[in-house]
Amino acid sequence: MKKELSPELKAVEKYGSDRTCLIPILHEVQKEYRYLPEKALRNIASMLDISLVDVYGVATYFRSFSLEPKGKHTVTCCMGTACHVRNSPGVLEEAKRTLGIDAGETTEDMLFSLETVNCLGACALGPIMVVDGEYHGEVTPAKVKKIIGKVKHQEGRD
Amino acid sequence: MVKLIIDSQSVEAEETWTVLEAARYYGIDIPTLCYYEGLSPTSSCRLCVVEVIRGGRSRLTASCSMPVQEGIEVRTNSERVRKARKVIIELLLASCPNSRTLQCLASKYGVTKIRFKPEDRGCILCGLCVRMCEEQMQAGAIGFVYRGVDREVAMPFHTRHEACRECGACQFICPVCEMPCQGPMQPGQLCNACLDAVQLEAFPSKD
Amino acid sequence: MAKIKSPAMLEEYRNEILRKRERYTRVISLCGGPGCHAQHCNEIYEAVKKAVEKNGSSESVMVRKTGCHGFCEMGPIAVIQPEGIFYCKISLEDVPEIVERTLEKGEAIERLLYSDPESEKAIIKESKVPFYAKQKRLLMSMNEHIDPGNIEDYLAQGGYRALVKALFEMEPLEIIDEVDKAGLRGRGGAGFPAASKWRACRKAIARDGIKYVLCNADEGDPGAYMDRSLLEGNPHLVLEGMLIGAYGIGATEGYIYVRHEYPLTVENLLIALDQAREVGLLGKNILGSGFDFDIKVSIGGGAFVCGESTALMASIEGRIGEPRVKHIHTAERGLFNRPTNLNNVETWANVPLIINQGAVKYRKIGTKTSTGTKIFSLVGSINNTGLVEVPMGMTLREIIFDIGGGVPKGRKFKAVQTGGPSGGCIPESLLDTPVDFDALYDVGSMMGSGGMIVMDETTCMVDIARYFVDFLCDESCGKCVPCREGLKQMLFILEDITQGRGSLDQLELLKELAEVMRDTSLCGLGQTAANPVLSTLHYFEEEYIEHIKKKKCRAGVCKPLISFSINAKKCTGCMACRKACPVGAIKGKKKEAHVIQPEKCEKCGICFEACKYGAVVRK
Repeated sequence: MKKELSPELKAVEKYGSDRTCLIPILHEVQKEYRYLPEKALRNIASMLDISLVDVYGVATYFRSFSLEPKGKHTVTCCMGTACHVRNSPGVLEEAKRTLGIDAGETTEDMLFSLETVNCLGACALGPIMVVDGEYHGEVTPAKVKKIIGKVKHQEGRD
Repeated sequence: MVKLIIDSQSVEAEETWTVLEAARYYGIDIPTLCYYEGLSPTSSCRLCVVEVIRGGRSRLTASCSMPVQEGIEVRTNSERVRKARKVIIELLLASCPNSRTLQCLASKYGVTKIRFKPEDRGCILCGLCVRMCEEQMQAGAIGFVYRGVDREVAMPFHTRHEACRECGACQFICPVCEMPCQGPMQPGQLCNACLDAVQLEAFPSKD
Repeated sequence: MAKIKSPAMLEEYRNEILRKRERYTRVISLCGGPGCHAQHCNEIYEAVKKAVEKNGSSESVMVRKTGCHGFCEMGPIAVIQPEGIFYCKISLEDVPEIVERTLEKGEAIERLLYSDPESEKAIIKESKVPFYAKQKRLLMSMNEHIDPGNIEDYLAQGGYRALVKALFEMEPLEIIDEVDKAGLRGRGGAGFPAASKWRACRKAIARDGIKYVLCNADEGDPGAYMDRSLLEGNPHLVLEGMLIGAYGIGATEGYIYVRHEYPLTVENLLIALDQAREVGLLGKNILGSGFDFDIKVSIGGGAFVCGESTALMASIEGRIGEPRVKHIHTAERGLFNRPTNLNNVETWANVPLIINQGAVKYRKIGTKTSTGTKIFSLVGSINNTGLVEVPMGMTLREIIFDIGGGVPKGRKFKAVQTGGPSGGCIPESLLDTPVDFDALYDVGSMMGSGGMIVMDETTCMVDIARYFVDFLCDESCGKCVPCREGLKQMLFILEDITQGRGSLDQLELLKELAEVMRDTSLCGLGQTAANPVLSTLHYFEEEYIEHIKKKKCRAGVCKPLISFSINAKKCTGCMACRKACPVGAIKGKKKEAHVIQPEKCEKCGICFEACKYGAVVRK
């Protein structure tokens, strides 16, 4: 039986084993696992022949990488300036309350991760909340419960 | 040779020198924290800033990485430099209140109060240990992780990594993991016990 | 498609495209920009395409999904040519009628037209809509004619003619001279003259013959999406600019650094690069000129500071994206220690225009020291949210009130923020300031990359300063002390003030700290980080003092300084607020006045939103 290649090996084969390929490789690997597991980072360091702390440093430096597993659904609140002046802090507060977690955290049942982003570039619709890639515009704190509730309902968790 | 002016004196310097090297060669003291001979300069602590005047324009620059240039005027102890230095020492003391190095710097440069909120992290992130580990010990076991106000020096995953040979070079070079200052202090307070003594040694306080 | 090997072949190809398109009697362009995208324009596009096919008119009607048209407030948007009919806020239900009446017969459907808020009259043509009429859309106007996934659209618009001119009629130095004469200044923020950079990089000696030109598409300013819309909507314009620049500089390799938050931009860009390569506009011996150049795409990892040149280069090299000291310029030693020239998306997009029409004509637009146009993302508390392109020198007032239509909901204008986290807040008294690199700097802000956020009386200026400092605490790389520790202490102080614990001494400390951060920080991020604090402190000091002395937040934003209560006279006892309150802080029976229990209230303001009778009072 042919052994399935690991995502990190596939990524290195795709982009190359040069140091300049580190960030695209990390993106690719994260796409597979939805986070960056320790083992994958160790493999990448040895394949690229750079020290592990360099890989770890880059993975913790950039916001798009996560070393923690993410939930099944991602709720993202845009915290850009345009959204801020239209009360995105209130929206985030309510999302935190509804999910019972802080921004950057994942619920214990691994169902939801709450993220913030500094601008999605869809400022006309602010404040924006994105649930699993679907944009919700002009969100108010009162609407948050409903939006998240819909997903909870699908999961039978309401 | 490059001709320049440092603190009103016309001096000559080797082309490869930095402003810091030139100043030290002529016996002018510039405080540094993240600079160490033999390690690459990163200019991150900004304590070594000096005022550089070129073409009538003056700006503060880190002297540890700036190459000497023909015709520039350098002021190592102007009002603007002293003010910046004091605030930087004050900021560092807020993040590492009991460091003896910092307490001594405070006394030497006349920092007599800390107006910032102290938050002891026991590290000033000068990165000497990181460069020592990588450049001199060829280990690359420790490095900077996370960023911004969360930046820290650590091993990957915060556990000891096989690349670390426990050589101790990082501890040797660390300016803050030494015996704490012996003055009676709470975080946020200053020792200043030797204030008068070291102030006499420090430069005359005119531009 | 065979590679194009000469300018004549390119013209032939262009004519063939135009001939092929003569059969279309109508073209509908549906905006697929970020605003419309979020409003499901994709589904509308698919529906229009299907309906046209079903109608049997796909031979005579061209359906095109384009990049951003700019008027995001009115999305989803469609423009129908040749009549120039402008439809806004269209939905799936409108599709059959659009196809039947407009695409078949050229009739305008009244209810989909833009209605002028003043005269309340419906406006048919896009060019007559006040939002567009007062702009000068040299770069943005092309977007609606271009499907970013089809190089033929760009060629049909005369694309790559500037490249031909540059490669076959001009010497490399002539190109730099032309850009110099045009007075092009970097659109990324600081406004550095592009030609000076190019010249320095051309002069620099490349030991192994390799020089780079880079395009900065790491648009990190919150509230700004101009670069995204250009690169995503019209990628070939940027590629053409880079090609011309590379030829002028003598570079053979290019990189476009795009932030990872823009996946669609990356997708469009990769398609555009492939198509350009396929026809021979990238690669070896471009158009038979002997000039070689190719471009790679590098995707960021989510770090604002990577907009800084040396941090961006570090990131491309696969290292931590932190800046380094620049005693040796990147023009001499940049990416991989080789001579490198970096410009932002909008700067590159201006280059084909300058080469095509010449510096003399280009210079006629704008002011003496800031030439050409500038694209702004006009957002926040504004009626016409969107991307606006105006000649430099237009006043902030004209942009906000004439184009932007002023502040909605009858609220009062308070300030406009330009320059993102490096810029400042400009008060009403300075609204006649022209948008010009130097004029904005003089009032304590800066042009920045083009974010323009309008604030009204419900925005607290101390909170805005805190917001930007908080943003930067997160985005600072943390390398140098003044930026890392200074921002942290600044945030402590601003939190004290917004939470009612501040003192007047702290204002002086803020100013002193700000000065040292500007003087001693390693890179531009730290040097400008205090601008939002300094500008609000300068123009809105009374709000700071009010927070400190009276423990009052006039905008009703700073939670510890406000309270919610219910006016018993207005309360009808409808229970709406009680049901909405997430913490159960509201007591009261049906049809009786309700009461908010202050000890339980978390001041989220949901009750304030829920009450239809204006009975909830925020003080």
